[in-house]
Amino acid sequence: MLIRKPTDVLPSEITPRELFARRREFLTRSGAGLIAGAALWHGLPRHAGAATRLQTPPSALSTTEPLTDYKAVTTYNNFYEFGTDKGDPVRNAARMAVRPWTVSVEGLVGKPRRFDIDDLLKLAPLEERIYRMRCVEGWSMVIPWVGFPLAALLKEVEPLGNAKYVEFLTHYDPEIMSRRPVLDWPYGEGLRLDEALHPLTILAVGLYGEVLPNQNGAPVRLVVPWKYGFKSAKSIVTIRLTEKQPETAWNKAAPQEYGFYSNVNPAVSHPRWSQATERRIGELRKRPTLPFNGYADQVAGLYQGMDLKKFY
Amino acid sequence: MNLSLKTPSATTLSAIKALVFLLCLLPAANLALGWRTDALGANPIETITRASGEWALRLLLITLAVTPLRRLTGLHWLLRLRRMLGLYVFAYAAAHFAIYLWLDQFFDWRAIALDILERPFITVGFAAFVLLVPLAATSNSYAIRRLGGRRWQSLHRSVYGIAILAVVHFWWLVKADVLEPALYALILAALLGARAWWRELERRRQLSVPPPAKHLQRPVIRIVPK
Repeated sequence: MLIRKPTDVLPSEITPRELFARRREFLTRSGAGLIAGAALWHGLPRHAGAATRLQTPPSALSTTEPLTDYKAVTTYNNFYEFGTDKGDPVRNAARMAVRPWTVSVEGLVGKPRRFDIDDLLKLAPLEERIYRMRCVEGWSMVIPWVGFPLAALLKEVEPLGNAKYVEFLTHYDPEIMSRRPVLDWPYGEGLRLDEALHPLTILAVGLYGEVLPNQNGAPVRLVVPWKYGFKSAKSIVTIRLTEKQPETAWNKAAPQEYGFYSNVNPAVSHPRWSQATERRIGELRKRPTLPFNGYADQVAGLYQGMDLKKFY
Repeated sequence: MNLSLKTPSATTLSAIKALVFLLCLLPAANLALGWRTDALGANPIETITRASGEWALRLLLITLAVTPLRRLTGLHWLLRLRRMLGLYVFAYAAAHFAIYLWLDQFFDWRAIALDILERPFITVGFAAFVLLVPLAATSNSYAIRRLGGRRWQSLHRSVYGIAILAVVHFWWLVKADVLEPALYALILAALLGARAWWRELERRRQLSVPPPAKHLQRPVIRIVPK
């Protein structure tokens, strides 16, 4: 016979019904005050409606342009590991398990460390960063990312004096991803250390106040808004500081078309198409593309004295 | 109604033609419907540009398959579908070009001129379209009579070059994954290869015809394909 043990939870400890009914309001209100990443993370809803979106502190670095639709942001993706059609990632990326997940930060650092994704989320306060995203193919979006500056992570591992570049390697599992050698898997990207430390450069863990969908590079991806989209590597597993300029996936595939820097530059055409204009997703007419994707004031100084036609 | 596949009656052939006409219209109808119902994804202009171009190429390969199919199956009436198929190629290519001019570039003639001059994939695509125009313009019986069969035929042989340009146009457009254009290239190679092979067989056959007996010898004109 089953004898029921009284529950350990006292009735008085259970959330009052009226408070429970107002839990969304509570989440919304408390969101802004919560700073610790983990707490925020667990408050980050999946597939949330507008009412339950995480309220992250706005950033002065955000644009005020109208956002690209959530649906477009999460269904029109380039994530070649899951297929080369824009619709493939949303169909196939659900196969990727994003827990457990670790990110190894290694190379020329004083304190190399393998971060568990949940520890990574506690590293720095999460912020909302509304950035323009310009794809090398000639289209663009405005995306409200949730993330923290990459500089916060790099500070934690103490880069050595001879570290000049940061290499990013992304997850590759042939069991669930494309086995065709479209690019040299795993996808690798790289930044100069000063680019990586720039306040605009973030590691994103969410968008639209939600956990990053797999097709957008869950659980953690790079976002470098003044460079073409492919520089912002998705689903990162290794961050390595190096002295030599790292090899990057698209540069290896077509060196004359995709340079290491790949800063958005309307004056330098892709060899096969113009970069002078772009179509903002959701709009009919093209608009002019801006140097450094409109972030010239913040980043042009990084490239002073460099011939941007040569270092494309 | 004569339902024999080998020699269909006039009524059957008309029905087949009507069916092919509607089938070829289907992709366009599908895109038009998708445009109206906002079902073409996040970048509908890219979708219709891409789809119209791909259908032009597919129909071009289907048009080029008529002769080999006819030869392999003995279904000579297939030839009667070829003009319509060819005109559909032109219609989809024209739509593709119009979408590029209008929706993609919004008649920015400077940008369009630069594209055609500086971007090889657009140069070859444009060339393919320009070369299609005289073929579409001479696709009527009047033009055949006017030109004479031989000249008409040599003009229309440019379709082989157009098909090569179209495949190259697609190949040079893709960023890294050439699987799809490679597939079209393979099909085109088979279609052109079959023709070359049959030509070679015909040449050998004509060369191997034994010369007639001495007393029957007269100047013989051999029609040997080059």
